[in-house]
Amino acid sequence: MILRLLQRLVVLVTSLVVASLVVFGFMRVLPGDPARVALGVNASDAAVAQLREQFGLDRPVPVQYLDWVGGLLTLDPGIEFVSRAAIGPQIADRLQVTLWLVVASMVLALVIALPVGLWMAVRHRHWDGVVLSALSQVGVAVPAFLAGIVLISVFAVRLRWVPSGGWVVPAQDPVGFLQRLALPTLSLALVQAAVLARYIRSAVLDVLREDYLRTARAKGLRPVQALVRHGLRNAAVPVVTVLGLQLATLLIGAVVIERVFVIPGLGSLLLDSVAKRELLTVQAVVMVLVVAVLVINFVVDLLYLVIDPRLRTGAR
Amino acid sequence: MTTPGRVVATDGPAGPGGPVGAGRTVLRVDGLSVGTRQTPLLSDVSFSVDRGERVGLIGESGSGKSLTALAVMGLLPEGLGASGDVRLSARTPAARNLLGVGEREMARVRGDGMSMVFQEPMTALNPTMRVGDQVAEVMLLHRTQPSRSAARRRVVELLGQVDLPDPAHLARSYPHELSGGQRQRVVLAIALANDPALLICDEPTTALDVTVQATVLDLVVRGVEERDSAMLFITHDLGVVATVCERVLVMYGGRIVEAGPVQEVFADPRHRYTQGLVAASDLAGADGRRGRAQLPTIPGTVPPAGRFPSGCVFRTRCTHATQACASQPPWTPRGKHPAGAAAYGHACVHPAGGDDD
Ligand SMILES: Nc1ncnc2c1ncn2[C@@H]1O[C@H](COP(=O)(O)OP(=O)(O)OP(=O)(O)O)[C@@H](O)[C@H]1O
Ligand code: SF4
Ligand SMILES: [Mg+2]
Repeated sequence: MILRLLQRLVVLVTSLVVASLVVFGFMRVLPGDPARVALGVNASDAAVAQLREQFGLDRPVPVQYLDWVGGLLTLDPGIEFVSRAAIGPQIADRLQVTLWLVVASMVLALVIALPVGLWMAVRHRHWDGVVLSALSQVGVAVPAFLAGIVLISVFAVRLRWVPSGGWVVPAQDPVGFLQRLALPTLSLALVQAAVLARYIRSAVLDVLREDYLRTARAKGLRPVQALVRHGLRNAAVPVVTVLGLQLATLLIGAVVIERVFVIPGLGSLLLDSVAKRELLTVQAVVMVLVVAVLVINFVVDLLYLVIDPRLRTGAR
Repeated sequence: MTTPGRVVATDGPAGPGGPVGAGRTVLRVDGLSVGTRQTPLLSDVSFSVDRGERVGLIGESGSGKSLTALAVMGLLPEGLGASGDVRLSARTPAARNLLGVGEREMARVRGDGMSMVFQEPMTALNPTMRVGDQVAEVMLLHRTQPSRSAARRRVVELLGQVDLPDPAHLARSYPHELSGGQRQRVVLAIALANDPALLICDEPTTALDVTVQATVLDLVVRGVEERDSAMLFITHDLGVVATVCERVLVMYGGRIVEAGPVQEVFADPRHRYTQGLVAASDLAGADGRRGRAQLPTIPGTVPPAGRFPSGCVFRTRCTHATQACASQPPWTPRGKHPAGAAAYGHACVHPAGGDDD
């Protein structure tokens, strides 16, 4: 067990190092000098040289890399080239917004998908199970931004129940916050719920076919009891895998949905920084997304160990 | 205590437990039919098992043995329906027909009044639950132990009774940490935990290593003997039936084609299918010690479900078949059996005669 944990930790750290190298390297091999890119083609050579010196861009690349990683580790990725605004606090602000969106969507998706997926599995031979299954199949095919646009046109434009976009801080205006959270969350969650429900359905169907579920019935458990006591934990392994993937997808998907709903999240920051050619900010945001995805994978690995005792022992 | 081998030596048709009367009948199955909407899978299956009696159910793969067991347990797969009459006299509400009983009531009987050991021990246990908890569950569910801690103590006793080493420690392990033989002992402990009136075993040793098969068989027999439980024992190994059971039911094409005391049926089979089975088993070669490779086999193969012929289900493979076999042969009782006419007889128009044809 301890061995397994260490193994997973080593995997996490290694992939973090590799990811940082890739993100750093990728930004540096882009054509053009970052300082020149940031200042624009009209800037004088002297101004560019000055910026290079100020930001240490004239130092050897390995030194720059170590300096950058050091900054990330101390949660201080530095300041922007032009505005001189600190990058760290900006990311912290935007990350909060995105996290609200991602966590709310994930929870909502799970709350919808769990009962629907279970129902589809248990009733897979009945008309209601088949209808739900067909609906979920349609849901899977709808892109989140399209769902967003439809939701806006119905609930914001036609019915005027909620604003079509924007953002307020929850502490300031809780009702306004929820109103603005509702549509983007729904548009992300509905699609994810459809995907998740299908995975839950197939995981539960697999489990229903297992011999140990028949043993459970032979002990005197009623079908639903047997499924709850002996099936769900076993069905959880494939579902947790999908949950991990979905969280990562949501994080990336939020970039688009933030655009649709004009939400000042991490995605908007990323796109703005690309537009402003603020390389350091882009680098930092991408790195935050990569770290988040890797940590999600790590947590999923740990959950496997918690759920399935077979994975705790043995070499592989 | 009797050993499994002793049973073969008894020569009376009655079991060793003395007179077999209505009061001793634990399971009575009458005219049981099972099928999908289109295809009949079991037809008119009738038999009974008495307290302390061990009845074998044999037949080739696909003859309907497991379906019979599952129908009795009320655990038929989705899409299959059953009709007929299945009564369990012990601890069931007024010995009602179990086929008409609701799921809730049926669940109360399963694991308590009757229980089942399945063929595949490797997958029969929940991989994410400690084996001790899986044994304890069946007692807590039916409230045969007053508390969690009492159940836990009983689990250790039960695991000890099926000869598992260091049961207290073993109760805390997960199924994947046990061998196939050990897992089957745990399944047996679960099945025996509430002292069922009826134990159904569906090929409990087929999937096990040859070296542990005999030991597990002994444990099964010891378990039902100690509890005076009735047992329905499914296998296609005639040798196992000969050592474990007093009576045997021969099944083919979803019908019981012959039934009777083990040694009479095996030594002097009447139905041509039984005759073929016995000839193909190593029982027949007991005096000659023939190798397995030289055993005669029954010609042809078992047809898929729904493709059995009308009339005698065996007639497409039977070398003695005539026009008379095209209509369902009536049940011919053979001698008198206390458990009724269905317990000793056959359904063959041209039975083997006892001489060597
Ligand atoms: N759910 C089902 N739907 C349709 N046919 C089925 C179903 N389950 C079993 N059958 C058919 O019923 C017949 C009897 O099956 P059963 O499992 O009882 O055989 P068996 O005697 O136990 O054989 P084995 O020795 O292989 O276990 C087989 O032909 C099988 O294909
Ligand atoms: S009834 Fe006819 S076909 Fe069937 S076993 Fe007897 S002889 Fe063969
Ligand atoms: Mg079977």
